[in-house]
Amino acid sequence: MFWQDVTTLSLTVLEALAILVPVLLCVAYATYAERRVLAAMQSRKGPNVVGAFGLMQPFADAAKMLLKETIIPAGANRALFLAGPMLTFILAMVAWAVIPVNNHWAVADINVGILYLFAISSLGVYGIIIAGWASNSKYAFLGALRSAAQMVSYEVSMGFVIVCVLLCVGSLNLNDIVLAQKTIWFCVPLFPMFVIFFISTLAETGRAPFDLPEGESEIVAGFFVEYSSMSFGLFFLGEYANMFLMSSLTTILFLGGWLSPLPFAPFTWVPGPIWFLLKVFLCIFMFFWVRATFPRYRYDQLMRLGWKVFLPISLFWLVLTASFLFAFHLLPHKLA
Amino acid sequence: MSSTLVPEAQADQSGRTTQTVEIDSHAINFGPQHPAAHGVLRLVLEMDGEVVARADPHIGLLHRGTEKLIEYKTYMQAMPYFDRLDYVSPMAEEHAFALAQEKLLGLEVPERGQWIRTLFCEITRILNHLLNVTTYALDVGALTPSLWGFERREELMEFYEAASGARLHANYFRPGGVDRDLPAGLEDRIAAWMAGFPAWLDDLEGLLTRNRIWRQRTVDIGRFTPEEALAWGFSGPCLRASGIAWDLRRAQPYDKYNELEFAIPVGRNGDCYDRYLVRIAEMRESVKICNQCLEKMRPGPVKVQDHKITPPARADAKRSMEALIHHFKLFTEGYHVPRGATYTAVESPKGEFGVYLVADGTNKPYRCKIRATGFAHLQAIDALARGHMLADVVAIVGSLDLVFGEVDR
Repeated sequence: MFWQDVTTLSLTVLEALAILVPVLLCVAYATYAERRVLAAMQSRKGPNVVGAFGLMQPFADAAKMLLKETIIPAGANRALFLAGPMLTFILAMVAWAVIPVNNHWAVADINVGILYLFAISSLGVYGIIIAGWASNSKYAFLGALRSAAQMVSYEVSMGFVIVCVLLCVGSLNLNDIVLAQKTIWFCVPLFPMFVIFFISTLAETGRAPFDLPEGESEIVAGFFVEYSSMSFGLFFLGEYANMFLMSSLTTILFLGGWLSPLPFAPFTWVPGPIWFLLKVFLCIFMFFWVRATFPRYRYDQLMRLGWKVFLPISLFWLVLTASFLFAFHLLPHKLA
Repeated sequence: MSSTLVPEAQADQSGRTTQTVEIDSHAINFGPQHPAAHGVLRLVLEMDGEVVARADPHIGLLHRGTEKLIEYKTYMQAMPYFDRLDYVSPMAEEHAFALAQEKLLGLEVPERGQWIRTLFCEITRILNHLLNVTTYALDVGALTPSLWGFERREELMEFYEAASGARLHANYFRPGGVDRDLPAGLEDRIAAWMAGFPAWLDDLEGLLTRNRIWRQRTVDIGRFTPEEALAWGFSGPCLRASGIAWDLRRAQPYDKYNELEFAIPVGRNGDCYDRYLVRIAEMRESVKICNQCLEKMRPGPVKVQDHKITPPARADAKRSMEALIHHFKLFTEGYHVPRGATYTAVESPKGEFGVYLVADGTNKPYRCKIRATGFAHLQAIDALARGHMLADVVAIVGSLDLVFGEVDR
């Protein structure tokens, strides 16, 4: 009995490590990739000194962050100030439990996977609010307020988009969602939803052009203006991990997860996880591309876009999808 | 977050103040160490949530007492101070000081000197507008234009360096012309650059002009009617964006501007977007002007040959006694400017930049009052920003093209 528990526990830990180590590695190299991609788009070089092609840059950054002093402002609430970044980081990691990178390759292949993801990503806003409030600084406070409002608004339309996909699948399990796309990826029939979802993920992760919570030129760095060293690093890691998470979600919901783009020979030889990664990288590249191209939205414009444009469109498309499926008896059998 | 103020303390019968009013606003210190403060602007913003209730600019953090320093320097030594006023468009400022002295000295600048000065004034205009437009875009959140722009600026600064020896603080213009002739081949290099620039400008515009987000962030933000713009003392692109075609290059031409063909771009709405459009259009006009300058330029002297004012050639000073004396007197005592006063203004890239110069017949100015363009623009910031959101203040500051070297002097 005892040994059985130990075995289960160690297996779970191994499983967790098997997903977290690659995720953290990806996150580390995403910072490098972002700088290189932005540099290429802005006709400059980017990091190219540390290691071959600057490939050791992420480790140099990590070492720097770890060695610096964590400064806690005098007026800050110490406990909450430190809890904020930890919460952000932990939530960004925990969400990976349900992501399947191949058929049934998920740490937890639960039947409400998408609800779990949605819940975790909604919790992410707490880390930011706590950080903004605990810093006891006006800039941080404004950043936290903006961020809370932004995440809440975009989650609504994101929810409708997800419901739209679920209607076509008939299951909340992420594995089933991918398998339902064997004939056609959902980004084709649900193209408008795909676009809205991608833009909402930009807003959800606080990336350009929706990087208002940290609005560099207005509120300096927003909610994490008072953070330094590894507490800053945790926010940074959390942001990039969330980017990967949202890209994985886009991949699973719309780009057919680990399925190969064409269902015949040379493509099906490539293992599923490779396809999955490629699709995620494509989404990540889009994140970088958008950042290099667009100016930043203003706070009220962002709200207007969320509530007055995305919400009605996604709601309309949801009704349209439902009616279409119902009228042509295409509803998945589990729902019918 | 809310500050407690006692604005209207009401005395009750016993004469004590009793009422304390809680005002739901908070002040934000925007700058001086703020990434969008363009140097050392300190704005105290009274906010109502995200909306600006009052914008209070504080100046003086970069005050160096330039005007007073100039009174203690000979005319020749005073020239470099002008580079350091608006360090984004150095030669335009030098131009005002050189023209003011020429007016008092009664000098006629040789043809080639005038052409070179006009050419470099327009290169300066492109330099300035490039920095402004791209950093303005950076403030609004677009990262890429600034990095593209800096590459082009670097090339222009190489022209500065080739002509004057310095990339930034050129100290190139002199009363009576320019310090020295252009090096061989520079004219061709400038012409080649000018040929490629409009296409690059199209690329830049591709990122901004028709971009929805850029337009949402700038259209109808910080709007000024022509009357308001005049009343607040606007000039340059900021005034022309409001629809007033006032340009000193056309209104009171100096150097070669009356022999050049160029258009004066004018906006219609006087908002941040129009100020951007006017600057882009002005860069295109500057390219045309530079091309005309390069075409019409002929070899010849670049400064007056009166060695009481301009130094003789270095080689002459080795052989001719008179040249040596001239050289010595010029670089120790300097030249004397006859008694008189003048207000001379040029159309600097930012607007009207003027010098009020009072000479008392000695080798040093009696008074040199500088009319800084940015100062007039900065004072309007409260009128422009009130009722807008915090993010708009950043756009407005960007669109006004403030440089604190000039505002604080």
